[in-house]
Amino acid sequence: MIKTILNTLYVQTQGSYLHLDHETVIVEQEGEKALQVPLHHIGTIVMFGNVLISPYLLGRCTDQGISVIWYDVYGRFSARAVGRTNGNVLLRRAQHQVLNDEKRALKLASRFVIGKLRNSRSVVQRAIRDYPDSKTSLEKAAKQLNQCIRDVDKQVTIDELRGVEGYGSSVYFEAFSSLLRTDDDFFVFELRSRRPPRDPINACLSFAYSMLTQDCISALEGVGLDPQIGYLHTLRPGRPALALDLIEEFRAYLADRFVLTLINRKQLSKSDFDMRPGGAVLLNEKGRRTFLAAYQKRKQEEIHHPIINQRVPLGLLPHVHARLLARYLRGDVADYVPFIMR
Amino acid sequence: MSSLDILVTYDVETQEKSGQRRLRKVATICQNYGQRVQKSVFECRVTQSQLEDMEHQLLKVIDKERDSLRIYLLYGDRNRVTRVYGRDDYIDYDAPIIL
Repeated sequence: MIKTILNTLYVQTQGSYLHLDHETVIVEQEGEKALQVPLHHIGTIVMFGNVLISPYLLGRCTDQGISVIWYDVYGRFSARAVGRTNGNVLLRRAQHQVLNDEKRALKLASRFVIGKLRNSRSVVQRAIRDYPDSKTSLEKAAKQLNQCIRDVDKQVTIDELRGVEGYGSSVYFEAFSSLLRTDDDFFVFELRSRRPPRDPINACLSFAYSMLTQDCISALEGVGLDPQIGYLHTLRPGRPALALDLIEEFRAYLADRFVLTLINRKQLSKSDFDMRPGGAVLLNEKGRRTFLAAYQKRKQEEIHHPIINQRVPLGLLPHVHARLLARYLRGDVADYVPFIMR
Repeated sequence: MSSLDILVTYDVETQEKSGQRRLRKVATICQNYGQRVQKSVFECRVTQSQLEDMEHQLLKVIDKERDSLRIYLLYGDRNRVTRVYGRDDYIDYDAPIIL
């Protein structure tokens, strides 16, 4: 692995202006220089709401493969800048070929589902050990997830596979509320709700998934794969189906557990959220700051990766698996092995 | 591609106009690779190849008869090998940057 993990520059102060100065980025706030960083430290620039970026800086970023991503002021994804199409045509062609080969597509899709279910089960199992008071309900969920995992390989169509995945996911989220360890009535979780998230936990989950999706898109683009050609997720214009496939195996470990830790350690409180008319709950500017600082820190934590047998920062996991995926699609290896947490 | 911390210091003779121009150029190059921690002292976290690039650019600019340039390679973590007193505006570019 030669890739190093580069920092992400998050700009959320409204009215900030980013521009290029020689080989550095300058962030101006209220007419004053708030930060100057050499470009070589930056892998991604993320902007929230009314933040301006100069055309020259934007051009330099797309040239050097620095991702530039816009969210609206509430943290909902709005756009990302993509430079010239890069990577290997043959690799993208292999991607299409697997898509046309029902058997191989199903097999690959099932790997993503296996990854998702096994990691979800691990999160539940860890909780069984830690929280004996909800042992019975959690054990039931773990058992049902076990059944789902065994069922995955029996499915003969992608639709059936999606059914198993959907069922596993609902079992998991039913158990999710007992993983929350806070006496604050504000942090309740009943059901996974998105578009819009209806409680603070869902707001955090949605925000975490959104960050993770962008990380997966960047990882796929980094190895020359087309993030839109996916196998488990149906193709739809503009939808990063392959990135959505890839995040399945990381959801539980990189997003869910991260959110649980934030809440259980009381790093977030009521004042970090905005209630919108119509019942939507979203992280506000203050909440996002805490969230992002913790997210960036977590990306630097290292674990031992069982497949490549190396220590890897968590932030590079999507990159490692994008590479393994490319190898499988190209036919270099017989199988794709998803990330399984220990 | 691990990165290393380096310390760059310089003296540029500025009595003539051409010297002032060299000083500005040297500062810009340093700025591109790291951050100013004192008037003519920069700390940079760079890869080996970035270091070579930077050194090459600096050597093109300075006048070897009049100016002086020193590059120190800090072996080990910057936090361990430096002691800082007084005003310190150093920013850790590897820590979360949220503005």
